[in-house]
Amino acid sequence: MIHTIAFYIFAAMVIASGALVIMARNPVHSVLWLILAFFNAAGLMVLVGAEFIAMLLVIVYVGAVAVLFLFVVMMLEIDFAEMRAGFVKYFPIGVLLAIVLVAEMILGIGAYSAGALHLGTADGTGAPLIGESNIESIGALLYGRYLFLFESAGLVLLVAMIGAIVLTHRERGDVRGHQNINKQVRRRPDDATVNTRPEVGKGIEL
Amino acid sequence: MTAFFESLGMTYGWAWFVATVCGILLIALPLMLAVAMVIYFDRKIWAAMALRRGPNVVGPFGLLQSFADGLKVFLQETIIPSAANKGLFLIAPIITFTVALMAWAVVPFADGAVLADINVGLLYVLAISSLGVYGVVISGWASNSKYPFFSALRAAAQMISYEVSIGFILICVILWAGTNNLSEIVLAQKGAGLGIVNGFFFNILLFPMWVLFLISGMAETARPPFDLTEAESELVAGYQTEYSSMSFALFWLGEYANVLLMCALNTTLFFGGWLPPLDIGILYVVPGFIWWLLKTAFFFFVFSWVKATVPRFRYDQLMRLGWKIFLPMSLLFVVLVSGYLMLTRYG
Repeated sequence: MIHTIAFYIFAAMVIASGALVIMARNPVHSVLWLILAFFNAAGLMVLVGAEFIAMLLVIVYVGAVAVLFLFVVMMLEIDFAEMRAGFVKYFPIGVLLAIVLVAEMILGIGAYSAGALHLGTADGTGAPLIGESNIESIGALLYGRYLFLFESAGLVLLVAMIGAIVLTHRERGDVRGHQNINKQVRRRPDDATVNTRPEVGKGIEL
Repeated sequence: MTAFFESLGMTYGWAWFVATVCGILLIALPLMLAVAMVIYFDRKIWAAMALRRGPNVVGPFGLLQSFADGLKVFLQETIIPSAANKGLFLIAPIITFTVALMAWAVVPFADGAVLADINVGLLYVLAISSLGVYGVVISGWASNSKYPFFSALRAAAQMISYEVSIGFILICVILWAGTNNLSEIVLAQKGAGLGIVNGFFFNILLFPMWVLFLISGMAETARPPFDLTEAESELVAGYQTEYSSMSFALFWLGEYANVLLMCALNTTLFFGGWLPPLDIGILYVVPGFIWWLLKTAFFFFVFSWVKATVPRFRYDQLMRLGWKIFLPMSLLFVVLVSGYLMLTRYG
């Protein structure tokens, strides 16, 4: 009962906030709706018993990725008129993407209902359950059966990260405002202050 | 508690529902009272270290000062700046406050006294604490004002930076305890130090992690010396500048509830939670909750102590500390801890 109600609340919220992401006029509002969508998707994950994935979704997407998103969007001055100008031009591509996604969904659901796939269910049957909790099962699978795939996924991410750094890193010729932290930490009051008693009418030399 | 309500003749579903609601109230209401008292203690400790008297007028020893402050802000008018983004401006303090309360759901106060005994407990804490930044960022942006905006940008960068090292520290604890459940982490600390000390801090590999966690916790909750988000010498009051009345009070309460949560996490993860400090039979006579309370209060004292004595960091120093010192160190200790465990426990 509560499960069903919670599912419909979460699902409706995901769809509604997903729609509002593209409909909001203000990009900051869009990002905030996106965050709400992530959060409700995490709720759906909890409902199917994948609490580990749900937590990862919140930690990685809501806690890190979306914060950076928000950070960038908040700082940028975005021209709405310019953004809307390309709408007609990009509309066919958008439709194409939507068709591809729907086709994938139909294929996936079709294959599942035909019995070709063995997906896990909420009560844990169907999935190769090794440990008791979801973390143990995922860990045992990722670091056991799918070790090489997992490691190569890590390599792909590493390459992507290095690529991003190389692309955005710019060598600046003038080294300005470079701080020597060691020097700052070593500095003591005796080095920085002098106590003098100058005679009347005479200045001091520092 | 569900069993108790079932014995009153309710069906399981209703008993569970009523028990959960009661549990939430049992945590949230005393927590609010604790926050009020903790604000008083914070001011008293700060005053004592500065050789002042601190609040001493309202009630005996000034104990009711926080309630007087609460009543004052409650009676004030909520002012919304005309250029502010009204909806978000009002939602931001609610987010901060709600998120500060949410994480308490998985904190074990005594043996079995936990609202949600889930097996991804520590991940849940990490997930919820990463949401805390949104209240600050949204308030800074929605205020549509210069200083709050600076504060929001600072907060976003600061909290992400320190979450990374906190994540690695928590991984060390998870590896050593072999579980993600907070109650089981506490139980894993029984006699963890030389068979007599209850707590992970008494361990040459985890003690440095505790020190990092304490400091990262201060940075994560934006407590002094890392309170760059509300640095009054530069940013007026940071993201709170445009807030007044209850919306300001919600920020205040949320901030202290977060600080208390960090103290509770220090207790739970490194100092044996509700277990007595030493694994000696006679110490178990004292109820677990008392030990938990004493330890958490001690950590709050440490937080206040640091606040009263250490000057504020510069922002570049904060970033350097997070990324160039804490991150490599915690990463190194993940390798050391897992290596040690592979040699001894799983090898």
